[in-house]
Amino acid sequence: MKRRTFGALAAAALAAGVAVPALAQETLTIGAVAPKTGPLAGGAAVTYWPNVQLWAHDVNARGGLQVGDAQYMVEVIEYDDQTNPGETIKAVQRLVSQDEADIVLPPYSTGLNLAAAPIYNRFGLPMVTATATTDQADQLSQQFPNVFFTLGGAQAIVESTVVAMDALRDEGVIGNKLAMVNVADAFGIELMNQAGPAFEAAGYDIVYETSYPLGTQDLSPVMKGAKAAGPDAFIAWSYPPDTFALTEQAIVEGLEVGAFFTAVGTAFPAYQARFGDDAEGVLGIGGVHADGEAFQEYAARHEEVTGAKPDYWASAMVYSSFQVLEEAIREVGSLDNPAIIEFIKGHAFDTVIGVLDFNENNNNTAFWTVGQWQDGVFKGVASTGREGAVPVLAGPDWN
Amino acid sequence: MDVIVTGLLLGGTYALIAMGLNLQYGMARIMNLANGEMLVAGAFAAFWLYGAGQVSPFLTVVLVAPLAFALNWAIYMVFLGPLVKRAKSRGQLEVDAILTTFGLSFVAVGIMLAVFGGDYFSYSYLSFPVALLGGTYGANRLAAFVAAVAICGALYLWLNRSRPGMSIRAIAVAPDSARLVGIDVGRLAALAFALGGAVTATGGALISTFLTLDASTGVLFTLKALVIVIMGGVGDVRGTVVAALMLGLLETFVASVIDPGLTLAAAYLLFVTILLFRPQGLFGRKTA
Repeated sequence: MKRRTFGALAAAALAAGVAVPALAQETLTIGAVAPKTGPLAGGAAVTYWPNVQLWAHDVNARGGLQVGDAQYMVEVIEYDDQTNPGETIKAVQRLVSQDEADIVLPPYSTGLNLAAAPIYNRFGLPMVTATATTDQADQLSQQFPNVFFTLGGAQAIVESTVVAMDALRDEGVIGNKLAMVNVADAFGIELMNQAGPAFEAAGYDIVYETSYPLGTQDLSPVMKGAKAAGPDAFIAWSYPPDTFALTEQAIVEGLEVGAFFTAVGTAFPAYQARFGDDAEGVLGIGGVHADGEAFQEYAARHEEVTGAKPDYWASAMVYSSFQVLEEAIREVGSLDNPAIIEFIKGHAFDTVIGVLDFNENNNNTAFWTVGQWQDGVFKGVASTGREGAVPVLAGPDWN
Repeated sequence: MDVIVTGLLLGGTYALIAMGLNLQYGMARIMNLANGEMLVAGAFAAFWLYGAGQVSPFLTVVLVAPLAFALNWAIYMVFLGPLVKRAKSRGQLEVDAILTTFGLSFVAVGIMLAVFGGDYFSYSYLSFPVALLGGTYGANRLAAFVAAVAICGALYLWLNRSRPGMSIRAIAVAPDSARLVGIDVGRLAALAFALGGAVTATGGALISTFLTLDASTGVLFTLKALVIVIMGGVGDVRGTVVAALMLGLLETFVASVIDPGLTLAAAYLLFVTILLFRPQGLFGRKTA
């Protein structure tokens, strides 16, 4: 009896599906997978998810996504990967095979993007990453020709940080003594390994150097140690919770440095909301052309639609990567993935971050590397070929 | 000196994190894996009230504690009471409680994500330096330490001096015999569980003044609390306090003198060493 009911229902559903195919095709299904829980959920909630919402809103507000002669409204399916690469891969499989998503957006963070690259490659999906920083773009793009990189790599970030410090040293704001710490995970260790030799080659003396485990509750021993070494500048290759904690400890300890640099999270609006005027002069990873019209217009729309401000680093890049995908689909005129990938390789795209194009390694070589809080805005002070950088100023004054 | 004060302050933080779980696990016999989520909820309440109306987190506690008490009472009555009634042995209750609260922790994370969003919540409160014994320390950490001392002291006195407190200790030692002398075990266990939840949420509100949290960080605190409670001996307030202070001092000592990268290793080394020599924990009773 039960089975018959089910059969009848299924038949009815099938009939309905057959009867009105036009209705079913009026929307495109967009798949998005990123952390909503787990260690990277906080970052994804600032940088990734609001942009998915904003982009879908913008596309639908324009009347839909243009594919060939037809225009389709978009509908987003969101999956939480719990910051677990295994879950990211499962979710992509599910999006493609079960939900039959027409477009799958790239996941969030370096680790999850790299972990998911093979599965995107297997399904032949275009994958324009916006939250992965890697120096291995050339090898990766050979292995996975469908993957594109936009956010740069550790090497450029380190080089720019050295340049920013050099500028301050030339002005006499700081001397040669540097305290440098890192969070003990892949990101922090890679940057530390590159930054150590780079700063030494530039003539700096690293007077304090240490690492601390992810999730350390009390960073005051680190800051006390750094302060005791009497550095001219402080650099931390840190993640959001420790970026906040290190800054707070530095203020409490009254660390007197001419330059204070913390990495991921410095560009978040929450950083400025928490530290207010004390954030002024703090250097960090990222940056944008904050005075540029494109960014300001984007930021206003972001706040209006999602109720939150974008961060001053990867937020705009995430949105830009969606714009690349949208424009490629529009220009190709179909959802033919190999053709879309070919189109992305060979064209330049006008996005909120500026013009995006890719070299022979599918790598966008023009990106922001270092920013600084100036007048309540996190402005880009160094980049690899982006317009709008402002001069770097002397560091924070907490005393 | 610097190391000792910093270590004690961190120990106070750990005591705040672990004390609630000690009440829930030690007294009410519920291994509550959703403990960290209660802490995050308390922290969020403080963040939200501070953001909305500049309400001091120390005032928020007055509101958070009764709310958390009521909520945990309800959780115990609806989800955990039936398990206690059904369980034939302590072992079975433990397994059932772990599975149930593990599930509840996912529900709690889901609700918090839906209500608060996944963003980090952090704010600046009392984050100015205070000079003390030749060093400078964050005022918020000092304040949290003072609160930890007050809460732990009050709990200790209550458990050892008051009638309900002693009854709770009785049900912790021998739930079956306690019933024979006219103690309402079910009601008191619920009371202990609810009180544990209130203490945890209070701790959350206090530590939110200096830690940056998001909706899914609860599990980290559950783990830390678990280590401290087991180390100190299940069901003993003194044990938790001593274990928390030891851990704080050790981590700060290792971070300051050896290397901050080794704090986790040192913490677990201490944990393993204590369990090797005193499997029942520092102040725990040998189980017959």
